[in-house]
Amino acid sequence: MSQPTVRRETPTDPVGSDPAPRHTRRSALPLPVRHLLLAALGLAAVAGLLLVTGDLTALRLAAVGYTMLAVAGLQLLVGASGQVSLGHGAFMMIGAYAMALLVLHQPMLPLAVNLAIIVVVSVVAGIAVGAATARLHGPYLAGATLILAVGLPGLAHRYHDVLGGSNGLNIRTAGAPPFLQGLVSTSEWRALVVWTTVVLGLALLATLSAGRLGRRMRAIRDDETAAAMAGVPVGGTKVVAFVIASTAGGLAGGLQAYVLGTVTPGSFTLVLSLTLLAALVMGGIGSLWGALWAAIAIVYLQIWATDLARALNLSRDVENNLPIVFFGVVLILVLRFWPLGVHGALHSLRARLRARES
Amino acid sequence: MTHFINLTLNGLASGAGYAALALSLVIIYQATRLVNFAQPALALLSVYTAYTVTQLTGSYWVGFAAALTVGLVVGALVERVIIRPIARTSQLNAIIVTLGLLLVIQGVVGMVWGNEQHGFRYAFDYVGRFAPSDVFALASVGGVALLLFLVYRFTPLGLRMRAAAFRPEAARLSGVKVGLMLTVGWGIASLIGALAGMLAGPPFLSPNVFDVVFVFGITAAVVGGLDNPFGAVVGGLLIGLGMSYVSGYVGPELATLSALVIVVLVLSVRPDGILSRPTARKV
Amino acid sequence: MRPRTRTRALPALGLALIMFLTACGGAGEVGDGADVDLDVAPGVTDDAVVIGSHQPLTGPAAPGYLAVSQGAAAVFDHVNAQGGVNGRSIDYRVEDDAYDPSQTIDVTRQLVIEDEIFAMVGGLGTPTHSGVLDYLNEEGVPDIFPSSGALAWNNPDEHPLTYGWQTDYTKEAKIQGAYIAEHFAGQGVGYLYQNDDIGEDSQAGLDQYLTDDVVARQHYESEVADLSSQMAELERSGAEVVVCSCIPAFVALGMLEAARIGYEPQWMVSSIGGDTTTLQALLAEFTQDTDAEGVPADTFLDDMLITTYMPRVEDEDDEWGRFFLAIYEEYGEGGPVTNTHVFGMTQAVMFAQVLMSAGEDLTRRSLIEAMDEQEWRGPGSVPFSSSDGDHGGHEGVYVVQYQEGGAIEMVQEPRVTDREGGAIEETDFEPLMPEELPFHD
Repeated sequence: MSQPTVRRETPTDPVGSDPAPRHTRRSALPLPVRHLLLAALGLAAVAGLLLVTGDLTALRLAAVGYTMLAVAGLQLLVGASGQVSLGHGAFMMIGAYAMALLVLHQPMLPLAVNLAIIVVVSVVAGIAVGAATARLHGPYLAGATLILAVGLPGLAHRYHDVLGGSNGLNIRTAGAPPFLQGLVSTSEWRALVVWTTVVLGLALLATLSAGRLGRRMRAIRDDETAAAMAGVPVGGTKVVAFVIASTAGGLAGGLQAYVLGTVTPGSFTLVLSLTLLAALVMGGIGSLWGALWAAIAIVYLQIWATDLARALNLSRDVENNLPIVFFGVVLILVLRFWPLGVHGALHSLRARLRARES
Repeated sequence: MTHFINLTLNGLASGAGYAALALSLVIIYQATRLVNFAQPALALLSVYTAYTVTQLTGSYWVGFAAALTVGLVVGALVERVIIRPIARTSQLNAIIVTLGLLLVIQGVVGMVWGNEQHGFRYAFDYVGRFAPSDVFALASVGGVALLLFLVYRFTPLGLRMRAAAFRPEAARLSGVKVGLMLTVGWGIASLIGALAGMLAGPPFLSPNVFDVVFVFGITAAVVGGLDNPFGAVVGGLLIGLGMSYVSGYVGPELATLSALVIVVLVLSVRPDGILSRPTARKV
Repeated sequence: MRPRTRTRALPALGLALIMFLTACGGAGEVGDGADVDLDVAPGVTDDAVVIGSHQPLTGPAAPGYLAVSQGAAAVFDHVNAQGGVNGRSIDYRVEDDAYDPSQTIDVTRQLVIEDEIFAMVGGLGTPTHSGVLDYLNEEGVPDIFPSSGALAWNNPDEHPLTYGWQTDYTKEAKIQGAYIAEHFAGQGVGYLYQNDDIGEDSQAGLDQYLTDDVVARQHYESEVADLSSQMAELERSGAEVVVCSCIPAFVALGMLEAARIGYEPQWMVSSIGGDTTTLQALLAEFTQDTDAEGVPADTFLDDMLITTYMPRVEDEDDEWGRFFLAIYEEYGEGGPVTNTHVFGMTQAVMFAQVLMSAGEDLTRRSLIEAMDEQEWRGPGSVPFSSSDGDHGGHEGVYVVQYQEGGAIEMVQEPRVTDREGGAIEETDFEPLMPEELPFHD
């Protein structure tokens, strides 16, 4: 499980725009501002979507949002710094339980404060895990993070007075503020809150990834020894990558708890961690856009497959298991024919179209 | 004291299963530098085949042979048909594809055999502390590890396989059929995976029966060191014992967490596992 | 990136924005929900009524619970073949949640919003159903017979639309405890329980009668299929009676493990784990062709005591058992009928009764009133409560003993109790007979 060898072909710009700066007015703006603009656009798009859809879509859009944030954090860890983590679900779990405990025991704290506290908790967790695994590489890192994801839910069982055991914690959170009541439903409001946090987080991730830290991480991914000789603080950068990933994962988990209102160890399984990584690679590991495709795949592929299975009128055992098989087959086919994932395929398609135009 | 002995024997018995799966992971890693997530699924397919064949023929050992055959053949096929075209482009992609394969095979097993549980017997009598079935598990895992060690170190086949894995270009130039070696590696690994399934599957089979076993299998391989078959055995037994003691003395809910502690402790002292040789890094 | 200050300004800006957006009060400060409108009938047409359920059809929990919705579906097919209920056929939609609460929430919304179900029937599992309990009640969706014995379902003040089904774990355990105290006085008792509300609520009941005799309390996690250390500890403690508050897979595992170490306690198993048809099939496959042991599957189960409130398929004299076997023969998915199937089938029968009683002019209110205003008699052998602020469902259990060869004998008539410290009482309840059913052919 060593570094992705496709890296040299991948676009290094995190938002996937052309690496060569084009001389437009847009590129005259500083990068963070551009990312913020893009974030505002994204939020507007989601708000527009919410306007024309109902509560069910609001729930699923929110799921796409927090899943995307989690995957984006993983993207920075795996795609940029080359550390393959199979334990991302563990960070989501930490964030989700932090949110549930805060809402239960400090109900008067505003959501933003809760999210800020979750960031702090996640940073601490990221430092701990990053420092413990900084010397590990390849499959050893993968194995250690894998057992982290599987072992951590044990805490919920051990301390079930506080963490609720396998039934977990159920929370109720406030809906839309009074002046918006009647305009947006609770689910739509939650989706908006999620996406506001998510686009801000993504803008920050994009800025970090394009900056010095991103360059250092890619240098380590490409050749650790060379990076060290060039003066890059290898250990420190690796830990920072873990901290960023854990923060994104923790925030995502916190938002999930906020949206779903329930936190149980049964939601943070091995399958979740593996799915996050698999979907990331399927979406495209070279770009934050890949995280979007990954999140859509995680949330919607199973739903589509279930509808498909219903329509086909199959025997019960086949119908039940079809969604799982479908996800696996799509995963294999995408990687077989588009080694750079969905984003890579779209990217080259665009390049081809542009070549034909000129 | 009897409690301690009981826990030790239990730990050894379950550790044998982890060790067997770890062995199969180590073989594939040595042959292709990949961690194969489809390994538990291949084992699952093998065990369910054994279950059906045993039902049809009435003979456990015919089923046993069928399981090993399925492991060997399907493992080789998977390498040829699915992994090879993808491994060429990217190693990470190949690993993710094994994940996809895990989902597909697990789902297909559910489609064919249903998601209900099925009872499936052990190879030998299981009654008693350290029963014949436990002895068989430990002995077969130890025997396989020794056999692999000998094959890798002292036979031309082993030499070719190692050459194909570590220096594919140089191996090709010296006339080694690198592709064939990779296929052979996957075949052997999946055969051992099938054995692992036959040891760890009973008493009750279901499509998710190996999820947890697999996690401890990877853990065992990592703890023991991926470059040495004996490492897998040492790692498997260590994980099995550790979990048994923690489960017995502290509480079963902490068993998986104790595996995490073992991994952290071992890898912080030896980042490449217990039995790894110190390797010189290229500069 | 030269302008590092801007990078740092970004999170501050973001935080400020969220603060602004959500500054209105604490995240956990929730007002009372508005009253729900029950005078509606989504999913109801002149000739059909859509109902939904969330069940684990795949994943680690599927093996134990697949049969529940299969059984229910067979009964609904039977009812529809008789012309449905009040001229409406029942459209029973089962969604797979893989026993993952986050998926339960998604599929429940899908059922309510997209499929427009009239009611949720038999949603399975404590962690899963807990996550949608508030939602269903806030949306005004009748939440009939959740499939688990959690105490949470019986809370009409907070969840007026939720009606429990299963005899809750504490009531069942109280009757188990009293039975053991009476028939096995002075013997050491060991508990083996699943480490969640099953274990917690069961101990609360058992301890009322057994405290002094308890010599060991061992638990398991449903993720870890290993009982070796627990059984070793139970044997070491000298427990002569083992009360197993476990699901069938772990009852079977516990029995195998006991046989392995030559430990032969008297087993007392709760209704959730006492599905002898499932246990027997598992153990029979396991022991098949192993003359090394020479142990028929039955000897594992011999003398096992089971508490239950439902009819049982292995009882040839049970009219309901015969009735369900016949239905499954005709409408089922094939394979043996287990008591887990019967669990879903009894729920389906009772729901069909309630639906019929709710009348031709069907609304959610008429369904709730039908639940509330009657003393329901269904296939269950104990009284059923769904009115007067008590949504507890079945009120007690009877005790049966399994005998080698598959016979089952009732050793204690049905008794009822409450979930607090109240007394255990006998009951002269007469269950409904299949031929009294309106849709019996």
